[in-house]
Amino acid sequence: MIRTARTILRKDLAIELRTKESVPAMTLFTVTVFVLFHFGLDRDALEGDLASGVLWVTLLLAAVIGVSRLFAIEREQGGIDGLLLAPVDRTALWVAKAAALFLYLTILELVAIPAFALFLLGPDLLPALPVLILLLLAANIGLAAIGALVSALAAETRAPGLIVPLLLLPLVMPVLISAASATEPLLRGDQSPEDLGRWLGLLSLYDVVFVLIAVAVFDFLLDD
Amino acid sequence: MSDERTGDDVSAAAEGDDRNERAGGDAGRVGTSRGAGAAIELDGVERRYGERVALSGVTVRLEAGQTLAVLGSNGAGKTTLLRVLATLLRPHAGVARVLGHELPDEAWKVRGGIGYLGHDPLLYRELTGRENLVYHARLHGLMDGLRSPDEGLASPGAHNRASSLDGGLARVEERLKAVGMARRADDPVRDLSKGMVQRLAVARATLHDPALLLLDEPRANLDPAAAEALEPLIGRASGKTRVLVTHDVEGGLAEADVALGLRGGKQAFCRPAGEVDAATARGLYS
Amino acid sequence: MYSKGLKPLSIATVLMVALSLALVFFYAPNDADQGFVQKIFYVHVPLAIVALCGFVAGGIMAIQFLRTGDRSWDARSYVAIHMSIIFGTIVLITGAIWAKAAWGHWWVWDEPVLVSFLVVFLLYCVYYPLRFSIEDPDRQARYSSVFAIAAGAFVPINFAAVRMAEAFTHPRVLSQTGGSLPGDMRLTFLVCIAAVTLLFVTMWKLELTGKHASMQLKRLRRKLEAEAA
Repeated sequence: MIRTARTILRKDLAIELRTKESVPAMTLFTVTVFVLFHFGLDRDALEGDLASGVLWVTLLLAAVIGVSRLFAIEREQGGIDGLLLAPVDRTALWVAKAAALFLYLTILELVAIPAFALFLLGPDLLPALPVLILLLLAANIGLAAIGALVSALAAETRAPGLIVPLLLLPLVMPVLISAASATEPLLRGDQSPEDLGRWLGLLSLYDVVFVLIAVAVFDFLLDD
Repeated sequence: MSDERTGDDVSAAAEGDDRNERAGGDAGRVGTSRGAGAAIELDGVERRYGERVALSGVTVRLEAGQTLAVLGSNGAGKTTLLRVLATLLRPHAGVARVLGHELPDEAWKVRGGIGYLGHDPLLYRELTGRENLVYHARLHGLMDGLRSPDEGLASPGAHNRASSLDGGLARVEERLKAVGMARRADDPVRDLSKGMVQRLAVARATLHDPALLLLDEPRANLDPAAAEALEPLIGRASGKTRVLVTHDVEGGLAEADVALGLRGGKQAFCRPAGEVDAATARGLYS
Repeated sequence: MYSKGLKPLSIATVLMVALSLALVFFYAPNDADQGFVQKIFYVHVPLAIVALCGFVAGGIMAIQFLRTGDRSWDARSYVAIHMSIIFGTIVLITGAIWAKAAWGHWWVWDEPVLVSFLVVFLLYCVYYPLRFSIEDPDRQARYSSVFAIAAGAFVPINFAAVRMAEAFTHPRVLSQTGGSLPGDMRLTFLVCIAAVTLLFVTMWKLELTGKHASMQLKRLRRKLEAEAA
């Protein structure tokens, strides 16, 4: 199954490299929204909870773009049939798509975090960076897992572009809550380990639960 | 919120009342012996789309190496039948056995032996022909020693890996040549004409050397030269068991052993192709 | 098929609801700070709890559908979610009324049950467009079930997240219901929960019976038409 997932992932990355559809769009969107916030909030620098909130909400909205495109290519070009005809484990498709989304989000964040620090952040980013990276990775896992599932769900509906944000955003609220709440004291510089532990714990719980659910139900989406 | 769309309970699941209404009763069991080796055995297969019947009363037996022509007007259920045989759709009633395995429970065992050529070429437009074929080769395990193209199941192992990788790639090259696309194999599929895409689709469908070919109007978009070039792969000359959906009634009957006619989802007739006259066949289209 | 036990259930429901109303109006004391308005709590919180349980139950029924393929489980799941959304709308409305009367604002973020409920409600509102924009009925049932399962698992996690986030000093209702509710309030509260639960189950059964009957009617009609043709 891993082999199949790797094959599909390779194929998706090859197409993404060639079309450059998802990652540049997500990145551009994120930076643009940062600028929007600058004007909308009329601030030169953000701190504390405002900074944390702006960062995470923007990342989530960018994730919606990535999720929308994830299964679009399969729906448009008959990719699902090709996979269904092969003697492979179909959950590999979810694994591959979730892995792709995880990669896209990580690349996005490599650009977005420095941009955020440059444009909007008041205090210095560097001391917060290690823990922030940890939070980003934990959040990305949950987003990737639920994003791949939502993308597959929406792919068969008449208006996937509408359904994806409506489905995804409520479902990722716990991620937003945990990540933003943990990042706020982090950016202020006064985070306590128990606090961080609590939020990381919730994030991990979210990740585990939704990875398990996605793996359990994904086959039913493809089986006809 | 329409009431119709919520789940209705299954108390009246497969009532089978459709069987009594089967039009033109010829549910011919072609082929005399019931021994092992039948490539396809269908008995009363049904497929619904909600409350609407897409297929019903389909009963046919096809021996290995034979060709089945499926005839009928648009919407008669030909593509649905093909997709059921391809394990893309599960039958809602009846018995379906393909290559000796029962659907849908053993569908996974059958997939490696089926080559499906539908309306969609199942190729990614941004990738080249070669990349698409390599992708499918990997999906079918042709490149990693678990199943070598020539020998069936080979034991996995590192020493097999290198040779099977080459073997898989060689297989891709050989197919590209066979369909006449070797020269344009590095062009993205979106740059190719429909005829070329169809040729690549044939390559994809036959890449893993399937025992059963399911062909939905395979010669669409092909000029006569191309169609002829592909004969050894998907035509009678290939010697494979084939199910052919076509609108070319005469041509289809000419190359088939058995003919199955569908009308509004219901099986109208199933006989040896030689016994079907033009009038009967035309009757499907009125 | 679904109407077994419907009559005794309905009678029990009516009795319980009457009893709970009587207790709320005549037995439970008036709250010291908030006065009479606080009594909305007896409607609002049980409705919220039952609605959330209804969502989770919808998810469990969806699991049964995927396991057995029996469409009746899908019907049960759909109706449970449907009922919970209706109950949920009332939760949000009564919540707003209570908030305005008790604290002067139509909406407060301090109440974790209400906030987490809003998120869950927004999520489940997508159930309808998701379900009805899929044309193949088979696929519709399967995809809705997948959604119901994911959303059902989401309910407790989301509640935990919101609860952790709102660590404020504002009196949290649910912490009251555990231990610190005085006896007469607790009794009223429990009776109300029982009444609302019965109400939910009765209405759920009613709707299922109605749908089943109309399905059978349609099927008979179709058969008649087919035979006449």
